[in-house]
Amino acid sequence: MSAIAHDVHAGGHSPAPRRQPTGFGMLLYRMKKGLGSSTPYLMMLGVAFWIFAYWLLCEGLSLPRFEKIPGPVTLLSDWLSATPQQGTSIYTPDYYQHIWVSCRRIVIAFLLATALGVPLGLLMGWSRKVKDFTFPLFETLRPIPIMAWVPLAILMFAGYETPVIFLATLASFFATTLNTMLGVQSIDESYFRAAGCLGSRKRDVFWNVVVPGAMPYIFTGLQISIGVAWFSLVAAEMVSGDYGLGYLILSSYVNSVTVPMVIGMLTLGFVGWFSSAIVRFVGNRLMQWHVKALAMQGR
Amino acid sequence: MRPDVFSPGAVAAKGAISIRNVTKIYDPDGAQVMAVDNCSMDIAPGEVCMIVGPSGCGKTTLLNAIAGFHSITEGEIILDGVQLCGPRQPLATQSADRIVVFQNGALFPWKTLAENVAYGPMVQRRWPKAECMERARTALKEAGLGAVVDKYPGEVSSGMARRAEIVRALINDPKVLLLDEPYRAMDALTKQIMHEALLEMYDRTKVTIYFITHDLEEAIFLGDKVYVMTTRPCRVKKVIDVNLPRPRDYTTLTTEAFRLLVKEADEAVHEEALKAFKAGEREMA
Repeated sequence: MSAIAHDVHAGGHSPAPRRQPTGFGMLLYRMKKGLGSSTPYLMMLGVAFWIFAYWLLCEGLSLPRFEKIPGPVTLLSDWLSATPQQGTSIYTPDYYQHIWVSCRRIVIAFLLATALGVPLGLLMGWSRKVKDFTFPLFETLRPIPIMAWVPLAILMFAGYETPVIFLATLASFFATTLNTMLGVQSIDESYFRAAGCLGSRKRDVFWNVVVPGAMPYIFTGLQISIGVAWFSLVAAEMVSGDYGLGYLILSSYVNSVTVPMVIGMLTLGFVGWFSSAIVRFVGNRLMQWHVKALAMQGR
Repeated sequence: MRPDVFSPGAVAAKGAISIRNVTKIYDPDGAQVMAVDNCSMDIAPGEVCMIVGPSGCGKTTLLNAIAGFHSITEGEIILDGVQLCGPRQPLATQSADRIVVFQNGALFPWKTLAENVAYGPMVQRRWPKAECMERARTALKEAGLGAVVDKYPGEVSSGMARRAEIVRALINDPKVLLLDEPYRAMDALTKQIMHEALLEMYDRTKVTIYFITHDLEEAIFLGDKVYVMTTRPCRVKKVIDVNLPRPRDYTTLTTEAFRLLVKEADEAVHEEALKAFKAGEREMA
């Protein structure tokens, strides 16, 4: 036993260089570093400040025009209650039905828009001919606000589901396509030339230069596109829908129950944030080269 | 055109470039600009040919014509008896027998150094994929980059990246290596190391080198011949034979012969730089 203790002791004193931790060790290391910086404290302080301001306006001072809006105390007590006074809380299955329906629509719309927008954007950026052929129409349709498409969508598609998905897809598609196209155009000419020198065929250039070179822009585009997908989804659900967070917000307002209205809004915020985080995570996973290059620049 | 086998035995006899009466007229917005005027040059196989001249004189235009990036207006360029471009085909076909190392570096940032080096052989189907990677790693190790083979270009220093880029070119066993001011942005110390690394790689491969630079010491130190070009339109003003013995190292820089050659080049270049400056003043006025 003493021999073992001795070994441990000796090991403790050797000035071995610290190796880079991996996996869980890395997570702990980052958390430790994070707690040493001001970031988490500033974040908490910021959130606390805004919640306090919200409480002060609605409940503390109950200023005119604010007294009808549920303050944080009313909101939380209803949101977390098993028997909510205004009908919606984390215990009511309906609440999850709304979230689930909206999320399902977003996933379908976002995947559709990505599947159509990324290839189209890549081709538009890479081939002058494809761009000449499609760009005028694209640029005419793109500025039309999504709300202006609502009547047309209802005329074109039957039921509640398809018009809503169509509108979200459309908004998301424009953002994805445009960013992808700009991404290809941003690729330095010398990469194309280098690929040419090294004996590439056209498809080699496409898969080894065009696609990876446009990747950072594509993922910026996808983050924007998932944001506008939520935006247009909620707008569409308010007009046409039977479920979904947009529908929850508007129907609560119509039925004069303000707590579910605010619950719907905040839920949208959290779900939207989460969805962007997933896109960012996938992007960073696919673009280790980009993450590492930025890290070298201290960003 | 593409070499099918890696044959280091045959390297010395290939890579003769003959530039015959080449003229290039650019036509931006209808204003005809003559970049190169009736320029001729003969580069022997395995020669290190340094091109110096005032900025914007058309040195890069010639490089672009050889590489197949830009067409020529008149004349022809011949590589080992085969016409690359001429009156019938003004734009040369890009191929791995002429590889460019770019001014700002063009390693693919999304590939690791090993993947970058393996890229050429892979797309040319030279060897099976695993062998391409294996050879890329070996080649990088030989160039002193063994520790960073799996790093991305953004993670290594510019000197390492530039060396890797030359390895990426040489693994394809090209006839000609075209370098467009590759060490321009580097500090003097890094440059020195780059030069020695390049000379070492040259001694192993004896590839023909067409090297554009502004740095006269660099030109004399590396070159067999230094071509001093005139200001636009570009023509050969003077050819300086560099008779310094090889292998050269940093001690060469302090020899009297080296100093005299630099002085000779300096006089020729200075005259052209002055002309270019005055022409610039006239254009602005």
